[in-house]
Amino acid sequence: MSATTAAATTVPWLWLTSRASGLVLLVLFSAVVVLGVATQMGSAPRSWPRFVSAELHRTLALFAVALLALHVLTAILDPFVSIGWWATILPFASHYRAVALGLGALTIDLGAAVVVTSLMRRRLGHRVWRAVHWLAYLAWPLALAHSLSAGGDLGIWWVAALIWGSVGAVLLVVSIRVTAAIRGAVASASTLRIGSGPSRIPNGIRRAG
Amino acid sequence: MTPTTAHRLPPRSRGGRDNGGGAVARLLPDDPGTGPGLGDHLARHGDLPSDLESNRWRESLTGEIERSGLFGRGGAAFPTVRKLRAVISQPGLAVVIANGTEGEPASQKDRALLARAPHLALDGAALAAKLVDANEAIVVVHRDVRGAVDRAVDERRRARLDKTRLRVVTAADRFVAGEASAVVNWVAQRRPLPLAKRTRLAECGFGGRPTLVQNVETLANLALIARHGATWFRTQGTSEEPGTMLITVLGAVERPGVFEIEIGKPVADILAEAGELTSPPQALLVGGYFGQWLPGEPSLPLPFSARGLGIGLGAGLVFALPTGSCGVAETAHLTRFLASESAGQCGPCVFGLPAIAEQLENLASGHVTRMEDLKRWLVEIEGRGACSHPDGVARLVKSALKVFARELVEHQRGWCTGADQQPILPTVHGATL
Amino acid sequence: MSGVRLRVDRVACDGRGFCAEVAPELIRLDDWGFPIIEQGVISGHREADAHDAVELCPKLALWLEEADRTGPSQ
Repeated sequence: MSATTAAATTVPWLWLTSRASGLVLLVLFSAVVVLGVATQMGSAPRSWPRFVSAELHRTLALFAVALLALHVLTAILDPFVSIGWWATILPFASHYRAVALGLGALTIDLGAAVVVTSLMRRRLGHRVWRAVHWLAYLAWPLALAHSLSAGGDLGIWWVAALIWGSVGAVLLVVSIRVTAAIRGAVASASTLRIGSGPSRIPNGIRRAG
Repeated sequence: MTPTTAHRLPPRSRGGRDNGGGAVARLLPDDPGTGPGLGDHLARHGDLPSDLESNRWRESLTGEIERSGLFGRGGAAFPTVRKLRAVISQPGLAVVIANGTEGEPASQKDRALLARAPHLALDGAALAAKLVDANEAIVVVHRDVRGAVDRAVDERRRARLDKTRLRVVTAADRFVAGEASAVVNWVAQRRPLPLAKRTRLAECGFGGRPTLVQNVETLANLALIARHGATWFRTQGTSEEPGTMLITVLGAVERPGVFEIEIGKPVADILAEAGELTSPPQALLVGGYFGQWLPGEPSLPLPFSARGLGIGLGAGLVFALPTGSCGVAETAHLTRFLASESAGQCGPCVFGLPAIAEQLENLASGHVTRMEDLKRWLVEIEGRGACSHPDGVARLVKSALKVFARELVEHQRGWCTGADQQPILPTVHGATL
Repeated sequence: MSGVRLRVDRVACDGRGFCAEVAPELIRLDDWGFPIIEQGVISGHREADAHDAVELCPKLALWLEEADRTGPSQ
């Protein structure tokens, strides 16, 4: 009996860990996006100051990076499928489920750019950091697409609940942010701008003498 | 209510050089026959001293400037020698920026200097460049006098007068454009906005080089000190504030204009340069729109100096508020103008200034005013902008609240002691007298 | 022991207010959400708060300066 078939008949831990970590990662990534958008939003209640969102966003993102390492490692080491190391970062480098894994590789590429620039924020300056951080809005849908195509298991009710719950949370928060931005743009266009020049002092008071 | 006795000043005897203790015609030529050309300039002032290259000369001139007590004529009144030494101490090639922007709409003095005696200012720029080891002096001038300065630079080039390269740039048309870092930003990137002060200009300014930014009147004085020395310079003015100063007199005077005066002379004499007072001054605005109000009549006998008046002389504006005008309305008008002239980069300025202007307008028109908030904002905006624009507004408004205290009480009861509230001071750029 | 001074780039500052949340002893916000910063020398446990504020500012507008160095006036 070969090593691979021996592995296939025992519990496929690597495969299970890979898929479980993938699900958790999607939920985590969604939470990171929600917190990131929440940090940007205007008011912050006393019980949840904005810096808490900011710090939690950062902490969860770094935790997700660690979990991602596990997810990728277990997928590659799994003898049941053959995924080369390059497939982690090069889309379509693997023949096995090229599209699904390609989406995953793209997610990692974009995510890595966001994380690295964030860690080097002081050195790079605000503008560069901000420009790259926008890629997060691209990375998340790619992660979702990767989850749906590489993962699946939507037949299990709680998996579906977690996935659609995460999607719902992100869409909700982003739509709130977008409408707030539109309202803000409309408001500032209609209010008197600074620089409109000196204004008339109304001549409506009684004179002395 | 309104005083019925007018205050007559003794008429000044004009003509001749004996004006109460010494000629006050250093920077601006007294003789109408003297033109702005190079020939007239050299005839009047003589050649610049030669041997401008050696270190010995450099140290000796720096010493003279220190002994002269020359301080900046751009508004901040910073000791010139300190600025020079700050740049000299930096390694590498420096750059000199001669600042003739004159962003203050009511001030005309830099334009007057550049129109009537451009070569003095250019002498100063070239000398400063030699002192700080710069190969270039950039002369930033108000558009009204661009032609005159171009002509002067041309004359010098043809006469091969300077080793330093002189480059003329037209200034931007904004109030904050005259601020030192805004001038650097304008010349470098065409953005006349103050820079956040992470480093000093003397260390890292234009093009990353040590930069000396000096007002054109200061440089003109420098050129005179190089010729005649510190002792001569100190024959006029006071011991702490030596020399002469160019001022712009406006308001309740017969002949508003730019005059050269000796620092320390009584304010009444200073005003008299512009002829008779057309009405007793309710109050004086001294310095500029960044300056401060002073009570009118009580200030007349005081010496025109920072020590004598207790306030900085700023850009040399002296505005006499006529009797029939309303100081509160004037201040409200100025504050609204200054708010609109914000560079728009810093929150306390962008939001604080219009809020302050609104309360002043309420005061002027007799409406309900948030006095406590107004006073708090005046304290809070100080020092919280990238430049001193909000500080200038705070200074102006605080002085108005003090000097017009009686009028404020009347206003809050619904009465204005002025005949009308039409603002007098100009709030349009490039307005010539 | 010399401490530090907390400096702000007023142009970069956008009034987000994270600094005041995390270092309320050193920074309070004005009527429009912009920071009013403690001008004096910061030392001891407050120095840690100052560090946190510097790290947290989303616009990277804060920085710390050694107290003995006199920089350009704010």
